[in-house]
Amino acid sequence: MSNIPADLKYTESHEWVRIEGDVATIGITDHAQSELGDVVYVDLPSVGKTLAIGETFGSVESVKTVSDLYAPVAGEVIEINGELAAASELVNSDPYGQGFMIKIRLSGEVPGTLLDAVGYGAVAH
Amino acid sequence: MSHAAMLRTPLYDAHLKLNARMVPFAGYEMPVQYSSIIAESKAVREGAGMFDVSHMARVSFSGEGVEAFLEQITTNDVSKLGDGQGQYSMMPNHGGGIVDDIIVYRITSDHFEVVFNASNHAKDVAWSNQFMPSTVTMSDKTADTVMVAVQGPSARKIVASLSDNPTAINEAAMFEVVNCKIAGVDTFAACSGYTGEDGYELIYSNSEAETVWNALLEAGVAACGLGSRDTLRVEAGLPLYGHELTDELSPIAAGLGWVISKTKSFNGSVAINKAREEGTATKLQGIKLSAKRLIAPGMKVYLGEEEVGEVSSGVVSPLLDTGIAFAFINSEIKQGTEVAIDVRGKREPGVVANKRFFKRA
Repeated sequence: MSNIPADLKYTESHEWVRIEGDVATIGITDHAQSELGDVVYVDLPSVGKTLAIGETFGSVESVKTVSDLYAPVAGEVIEINGELAAASELVNSDPYGQGFMIKIRLSGEVPGTLLDAVGYGAVAH
Repeated sequence: MSHAAMLRTPLYDAHLKLNARMVPFAGYEMPVQYSSIIAESKAVREGAGMFDVSHMARVSFSGEGVEAFLEQITTNDVSKLGDGQGQYSMMPNHGGGIVDDIIVYRITSDHFEVVFNASNHAKDVAWSNQFMPSTVTMSDKTADTVMVAVQGPSARKIVASLSDNPTAINEAAMFEVVNCKIAGVDTFAACSGYTGEDGYELIYSNSEAETVWNALLEAGVAACGLGSRDTLRVEAGLPLYGHELTDELSPIAAGLGWVISKTKSFNGSVAINKAREEGTATKLQGIKLSAKRLIAPGMKVYLGEEEVGEVSSGVVSPLLDTGIAFAFINSEIKQGTEVAIDVRGKREPGVVANKRFFKRA
């Protein structure tokens, strides 16, 4: 079984969000990294880019496939995980920590459609 | 296709026991990976790995006139085979394209075993049937047997250690067949594979599917899936039907002239000989990227601003730790030329290279 931390929110497209004040940290779930296999490249947006909910903000490339990344919340990109350029395997080894993708300053409410851990558990099987 | 309609190999349960990730492939549910594609590729390059390739078609042809029949439908010289020897070959169509790439084993002068690609199984049977004389019988053994490819620098000595004829296993040349017992099971052991490594392809009764598989596991052979199989074959410069070979593409462009007889007449020989004499507009080359990116079929290759070719296969090579690809590119472009591949909107630089990225020492 994949790891689904209870304190995060999730999308059906397998992103996770950690909300701290008005900052959302975003990555892909343990289930997603497991499905993708060895991650070799992560394409991320520039700091300062404004994202709408559901907008494609990048992609994750593994040894066998490419998957787009979708913004779970709206706002401005204030940080990207620069470590991933040289160490994309962090997405596999620590998807909820050092393998995060971006941080966004929220421009609005956190959408109520995001899933909690139980809801995501039903999607990730 | 729904999973309910998918075929399973006799090793299906063995794959699930090893927590394989199963994917649909050529109508079968097949393991794409057990641990990781990178780890499995390394297992094969450094020790020994095994692949369930039971989905591939195993068909025997026997009877009077079988050799002449096979000479007509294949490109390689069947006459060069002695008993117990095999060869890589292709079945061409009349236009000089390829119906399938295959392996032909001569058992005796009137009995041959042929291995087809799983994805072309029905097509190949129908195609062969058109040319088969009434004296020849075709017998499809795919559903009755298992095929396991054991590959890597340690593969031969491990297979020998499980065999009742280790001397024959240790001494067999490439594509030679050893009939022996492996883990007590009667096995057709062919010294061949699809990874560029030494090793054997073992064909045996499906009633003993897990006997041999488990003995190999216990001997330290890593279970490997289709993901690493693809990575390894691209590193080794080996073509895959549907990518480097198709009904339309000339095998000359794919660099497979060495598999084609220069002396016999066969289906498509006029068109193929013409392509060989005149050359082809594009040629299959390797491209080694600077970046560790996944290159996909259909991506365009550029020389400066000029589009000069298209990718047919691409993988991330654990061996070279970078993206590598095969591409059909303008025949005038030499190895060593710097090119770029358009990877989802970004031009990634690379260099045209010999497509055999891996050569066994």
